[in-house]
Amino acid sequence: MSLTPDDQGSSFFDYLMRQRPDLVPSGRVWPAVSSQPDDNRMAPLQPLPHGTTVLAVKYRGGVVIAGDRRATEGYQIAGRRMDKVFKIDEHSAMAIAGAAGPCIEMAKLFQTELEHYEKLEGVQLSCEGKANKLGQMIKANLPMVFQGLVVLPIYVGYDQKRDEGRIFKYDITGGRYEESDYHAIGSGGKDARNSMREHFRKDLSEADALRIALLALYNAAEEDVGTGGPDLVRGIYPTAKHVSAAGIKDVEEPQIATVYATLIDARKREN
Amino acid sequence: MPLPYYVSPEQMMQDKAEYAKKGIAKGRSIIAMEYEQGVLLVADNPSASLFKISEIYDSIALSGAGKYSEFENLRKAGIRHADLKGFMYSREDVTARSLANGYSQTLGTIFSQEIKPLEVEILVAQVGELGRQNEIYRISFDGSIFDERGYAAIGGKSEALQAFLKERYKGEPPALQAALVLCTSALESMTNQKLPLEGIEVAVLDRTRPGRKFRRIPAGESRLLLS
Repeated sequence: MSLTPDDQGSSFFDYLMRQRPDLVPSGRVWPAVSSQPDDNRMAPLQPLPHGTTVLAVKYRGGVVIAGDRRATEGYQIAGRRMDKVFKIDEHSAMAIAGAAGPCIEMAKLFQTELEHYEKLEGVQLSCEGKANKLGQMIKANLPMVFQGLVVLPIYVGYDQKRDEGRIFKYDITGGRYEESDYHAIGSGGKDARNSMREHFRKDLSEADALRIALLALYNAAEEDVGTGGPDLVRGIYPTAKHVSAAGIKDVEEPQIATVYATLIDARKREN
Repeated sequence: MPLPYYVSPEQMMQDKAEYAKKGIAKGRSIIAMEYEQGVLLVADNPSASLFKISEIYDSIALSGAGKYSEFENLRKAGIRHADLKGFMYSREDVTARSLANGYSQTLGTIFSQEIKPLEVEILVAQVGELGRQNEIYRISFDGSIFDERGYAAIGGKSEALQAFLKERYKGEPPALQAALVLCTSALESMTNQKLPLEGIEVAVLDRTRPGRKFRRIPAGESRLLLS
């Protein structure tokens, strides 16, 4: 790395901001603001697809991260199969709630960012470093928030130095906070958190953590119109990934279907 | 007013070429060779951390002989080019051919316009997937580009290396072990001494790997392969 002021650095995001600001989610040029105060009111945005509830739960050897599949446009359902949990690299994943377009764009940009750094520097960023970088990218998105395009992620990574899974949450200003046990965001985030609070214990097993995560999504879907539960008619289930020392692993759909089948059976018996 | 010395363009180009060639010949050699499952890259490199072989993208690798700082700049530019293209379009749209052309343009322009030419020679390799052929491009200090088949060598006594490999590389791509034996013996024949495995940098583009095909083979693993 050259130490001169015109140095390009190892960040793909910074490179894009300099060279192709039109490709950065927050870097697009918007129409100039008029000097007349009344003209500054934004024309109401057409409803955009929004992602809803995503969450993460820690367990003994890592973290499980999951999300429902529904996308909404106002009161309409925009998508039933949207995947909101993204693999970022071999040891981390993020799940996003907010405006779907910028969300997906940010996940893709963050994937490229981490791979770019690894190739240029010859080593991976630390877990902490990755989480901080994501915070900077969310901070850069702040102008878009005022246009109604909020992007809020949960980021989970396996910290190989500390030998544990970690969960990070963010606010719209890029503020980064670490969660010690579990977290959920999105329209059904509060309901999901309430559900997890009841069931969470320290040192869960992998299977229990998955069960608690899927149960929380189910409960959130019961309380929140924006969150989609398991769709038994079409066979669409929430998606989940395990992030552990062994790397990142998708939870297969049949396994998720089995968890829900047991859960729904139990509910029926209780009623 | 003193008149500037007149130097004929032929003379100038010849001088620059001689200067660049001398710089590159001082360095150590690198070989790229097709093997059964992809492309093997082997570099005579005593350093365990200053690499001469680098990953560029999913199926593309780069290696360079000559001045390290100049190679490093070209390497970074290549990664930026590839990542930008993959981000703008799609991962499959990043190709070695376009990258090699970019390098050829850059080296050619610097050779003809700058006082000092770059003292580097580079290899761009891409492993072919789904029945497509591997590609190996060699780009010279003046920007001339060569499409190589089977194997390619740069740096040090690269011409003697090419001749050595031409005699021994026949027909179908060999297995990884045979390819590695051939590459190390070629490097050893140039230096006339046994090279310690710690002094050889080995990497592969392995088409059987999912996603990113590039993998470094540490000294311990090459020892197992060679024993």
